[in-house]
Amino acid sequence: MEAKDLKVRAMGLGSYISLKDVVFSRSGRRIFNGVTVDIPRGKITAIMGPSGSGKTTLLRLIGGQLRQDSGSLTVDGHAISELRRKELYKFREKMGMLFQSGALFTDLSVYENVAFPMRVHTKLPEDMINDIVLMKLEAVGLRGARKLMPSELSGGMNRRVALARSIALDPELIMYDEPFAGQDPIGMGVLVKLIRDLNSSMGLTSVLVSHDVKESLSICHYACIIADGKVIGTGTPEELQAHPSEQVQQFLNGHPDGPVPFHYPSSAATEDFGLAGGAS
Amino acid sequence: MIDRIASFGRSSIGFVISIGRAGQFLGGVLSGIPRPVTGFPLLLKQLYSVGVLSLAIIVVSGLFIGMVLGLQGYTILSDFGSEAAIGQMIALTLVRELGPVVTALLFAGRAGSALTAEIGLMKATEQLSSMEMMGVDPLRRVIAPRLWAGFIAMPVLAIIFSMVGIWGGMLVGVEWLGVFEGSYWGNMQASVDFRDDVINGVIKSIVFGFVCAWIAVYQGYDCVPTSAGISSATTKTVVYSSLAVLGLDFVLTAVMFGNF
Amino acid sequence: MTQRTTDIAVGLFMLAGLAALLFLALQVSGLSPKSAKSTYTVYADFNDTGGITPRGRVSMAGVTVGSIDSITLNKETFQARVAMSIHGEVDNIPADSAAVIRTSGLLGEQYIDISIGGDMDSLEPGDTFYATQSAMNIERLISNFASGK
Repeated sequence: MEAKDLKVRAMGLGSYISLKDVVFSRSGRRIFNGVTVDIPRGKITAIMGPSGSGKTTLLRLIGGQLRQDSGSLTVDGHAISELRRKELYKFREKMGMLFQSGALFTDLSVYENVAFPMRVHTKLPEDMINDIVLMKLEAVGLRGARKLMPSELSGGMNRRVALARSIALDPELIMYDEPFAGQDPIGMGVLVKLIRDLNSSMGLTSVLVSHDVKESLSICHYACIIADGKVIGTGTPEELQAHPSEQVQQFLNGHPDGPVPFHYPSSAATEDFGLAGGAS
Repeated sequence: MIDRIASFGRSSIGFVISIGRAGQFLGGVLSGIPRPVTGFPLLLKQLYSVGVLSLAIIVVSGLFIGMVLGLQGYTILSDFGSEAAIGQMIALTLVRELGPVVTALLFAGRAGSALTAEIGLMKATEQLSSMEMMGVDPLRRVIAPRLWAGFIAMPVLAIIFSMVGIWGGMLVGVEWLGVFEGSYWGNMQASVDFRDDVINGVIKSIVFGFVCAWIAVYQGYDCVPTSAGISSATTKTVVYSSLAVLGLDFVLTAVMFGNF
Repeated sequence: MTQRTTDIAVGLFMLAGLAALLFLALQVSGLSPKSAKSTYTVYADFNDTGGITPRGRVSMAGVTVGSIDSITLNKETFQARVAMSIHGEVDNIPADSAAVIRTSGLLGEQYIDISIGGDMDSLEPGDTFYATQSAMNIERLISNFASGK
């Protein structure tokens, strides 16, 4: 029903991405078991969930790198899984994705990395590419680092360059895969600011996948929590804080035990310790 | 017993599946005609790292193998008093067999493993994925230039290997052991045929180049994207390439030089 | 490593490959640009061709002047008919020359040597050698010697 709420609101803004009853399994393991999410246009939506809940998989489904087994997935009205290969590649020019590791091309300099999408997809003259690259690098505060190689950058700078690269073609949608993982507090602050600025200045639809509850909730307009292949809660940050479900509360507040058990499923402890029969 | 048969069956099925996947992969790589404007600089860059950087090891090994052939050939042939045939022996062994085969084995170790590791690392650091998300097909952008570079570089390296080997054989045979230089070259020219020996050797090395580069890029592209996965893929590249080269060499030799 | 250095290195690499191929062609396999020139065919009938093979050498006074094209059996005379192509510039082989099968060295390969006659006329394309001498067969020599003939 929360999904419905969000959907109603999303309709008002026009939802950009919509997933309906998406089922996906990989190597025999069911990762999504009927996920329904609507992601509104021009807003920051955070997808949160424990590690291994398939958050990154969700991004790959949206990007068309994986295909769902059943259910429907549309981005800007196009059913991604039905696009032909060529159309898909064309469509991806409208998407930007920031990978967890940055994924800069290690054999190209910072400048060339940012220029790469333009060189491939556009026939812009060199001086124009130069202007755009410097502009994008300026936006992430790394114009001075344009001559460095990716190996000479710190982890946070790496991610900022990757961000500059993913917005090089002015996409409509940008997906962040764990942008805060492994960042120091300053780097995290910089990224939070950048994500928020990009969203407000360019009107990008942003999808943020993370398990850093505090940072995510501080910048997102809507959030959605996934666990066990299902959406367990959606809403604005305030709504989620007041969410009645125990599972949601456990995740948001980080309680060690709760509906998600502390113990990995196992046989009764008595058996493992060789007390079988005697103790019971 | 039944279990063994079953496990053999399972591994056979796995083998067939992986061959099929490699074939599909090859189809994907070669399906697009490379765009000359963007493709050519990429190809040049790969030719540099695959070809030019392998040159040193090829030249040094070629020289030593030629010298060893000269020495061994002289010892054996002088028993029959026909040490003048040393040139013929060195040239035929190098041009027909050792040139293509040893070059391919060295290539698999030097360039093939590097290709696998490089592509595997690009996969592990999500560079291939991010390229895909930018609407660039990594098969064409990353894999295809590497495949073509291996395909082009191998025959060139094999030819250089044979030439250096023949020259090394001359160093030992003529300069050191005193075979008459005229008969070294003369016997060679009388017995080596350009089309039957040199061209067939080149064809062999083209086939080997293709197979080695294919195995290397496929193993890199298909590897498990972890450090353990990359290292095992690199090992597989060298092992599979070497086996494929030796096996194919037998088949090609039988077709080219066997009389049936 | 700038793009330009890479270009130059690759260019040199490919040139080295071409040079090596040229070396293999000219110096190792003795392919001379001349041999691509015109040739003409003459024939010779042998009783025994021994070990000569197609593409074998045809020489005159030790100089290679052509190569063997084909060896076929003449079903009427039961002789072997050998077709050989002779380089175009060697156009004055005396018509009464003989084709002799010789062996280079004791164990070497067999080739056809043209022993020169004294006729003023020359062999024309398509002509057949007037006289031939078949391969020397060591076994036959030995058996002849043993039976005292």
